Amino acid sequence: MNWEAVVFWAMATLVLVPAFAIVFSRNIVHMAFWLLGTLMGVSGLYLLLGADFLGMTQIFVYIGGINVLLLFGIMLTRSEPVYVRRLAKRPKLAPGLIIGAFTAFTLVSALLGAGWRNVPGEPTETAGILGAFLLSEYILPFEIISVLLLVVLIGAAYIARRGSREGAE
Amino acid sequence: MTYTIVNHVLDYFELEQGGLWSLIGAIAVWAAPITGFVAIVGLVSIWLERKISAHIQCRLGPMEVGPHGLLQTLADGIKLLGKEDLVPKNADRALFALAPMMVFAATFVSFACIPFSEKAIIADLDIGIFFIAAVGSLEAIGVVMAGWSSNNKWSLFGAVRAATQVVSYEIPLSLALLAGVLCAGSMSLVDISQAQGGWIWSWFIFRNPFMWIMFLIYFIASLAECQRAPFDLPEAESELVSGFHTEYSGMRFAIFFLAEYGKMYVVSAVGVVLFFGGWLSGIPAIDGIGGITGNLIGAGVMITKSFLLVCVQMWIRWTLPRIRLDQVMDLCLKYLLPISLVCLMLIAVWQGLMPTFDEFGIAMIAAMALGFMQMRRIYRKAIEASKTRLSLPTMKV
Repeated sequence: MNWEAVVFWAMATLVLVPAFAIVFSRNIVHMAFWLLGTLMGVSGLYLLLGADFLGMTQIFVYIGGINVLLLFGIMLTRSEPVYVRRLAKRPKLAPGLIIGAFTAFTLVSALLGAGWRNVPGEPTETAGILGAFLLSEYILPFEIISVLLLVVLIGAAYIARRGSREGAE
Repeated sequence: MTYTIVNHVLDYFELEQGGLWSLIGAIAVWAAPITGFVAIVGLVSIWLERKISAHIQCRLGPMEVGPHGLLQTLADGIKLLGKEDLVPKNADRALFALAPMMVFAATFVSFACIPFSEKAIIADLDIGIFFIAAVGSLEAIGVVMAGWSSNNKWSLFGAVRAATQVVSYEIPLSLALLAGVLCAGSMSLVDISQAQGGWIWSWFIFRNPFMWIMFLIYFIASLAECQRAPFDLPEAESELVSGFHTEYSGMRFAIFFLAEYGKMYVVSAVGVVLFFGGWLSGIPAIDGIGGITGNLIGAGVMITKSFLLVCVQMWIRWTLPRIRLDQVMDLCLKYLLPISLVCLMLIAVWQGLMPTFDEFGIAMIAAMALGFMQMRRIYRKAIEASKTRLSLPTMKV
């Protein structure tokens, strides 16, 4: 086994083990900390592919931003550890299986249809090409996503403000 | 020649020939100097902090151990090593142990990308500055981990405050970093430094009027990132005992402490590279020396500049009072964020339209000196006026 395979399997374990831990853990704060491992593993896979910029963005946005905010939200609303309770008496198997199968089908077909190919040589530049593509060929999706995020931001602020104003009255 | 992280790791460790064992050996060889440097930075900074605070408060500070108390920090370190390693009974043991490592690792890894001179850099990454910003953001999650796992309400309050503050101030901080990237056209810290070669007025801070404002924004945001006064709410002693590290003792506490001072140095070094020419001394004759001598001079210049900025951070800590949490958020979201966005846009326009010439840099220095003198005069006048109004007796120290 060469070193790339070793690193790949190490990173894949780092993605999968915490992912299962998130599902089976009952403490919601532990889940948020387990997520850290998964996100780091994905970032490691990007780095292995030579996509430094993408890997670092993963850390910057998901761990430094979203994961911290997730924990922040949990801690701001409850002071004690929050345990997840099972709502239904007996877990409903059939709907779960259908949804799971559908998601798996979508993901696998997307993976198979992606048209993977080997890029000759080693990456010479990690950020520049990405930036040029985002501002030329993919400018429309890029702008649509940014507008969408802005709308989400304004919507969230509006909902939060409305709640607090009603509470004050 | 490629600059990706994997390539750097391969280059240093010569993995393709040696296999995994050389990886383990090389980690020891390459991690040891950084560990040593972080420890020395910690020792010197803690001594500086005590001395500066003492002199600001008309005291002497540590004087007993070593000349002028130079070895006091070492003595304290040995004391901390010998202390009992306490874990609170209801703490989350695993996370409690992991948190200091997380915080320290975030600081420690950033050192890999800081150029001490042209050649004295561990990894000259293509995305150097982004790497430091991204890795630095891991510190926040370590702080939250420490605060939550301690199972102590003061720790939790500290952690929540730290999370708010760090996540908010990351935005103006990143925009300020972008300004430097915009001027140099590269994210590699070596390229950014080299783009400022020449006389002192070719440093980026004198490049255009908005870079100066950007530096102020960077400096304020970096104070908040390091959780230093006036933004030290996460560890406000008068309210929260000592915030997120209340329950930590012995060596784990020392690691938090070391990480804080390491982070101060990293933030200052990045500021120096972006705005003050990195390892370049601002005199072409000195910068052109090259070879081992040139690199050593460069490293000396870089470390001196960084420590000067660290000293300014300390000066501010012992001069200004702590501000309230709502004021912290107001400052970031209502002032720093819009100002930095406007500045970034204007810098982009300036970069596109104006040619770079030396005379402008000289004019900038002159204008800044005049402005500084004018501010000093206004400040003196205001103090005189307040003295007569309150009829305070003039103090002689």
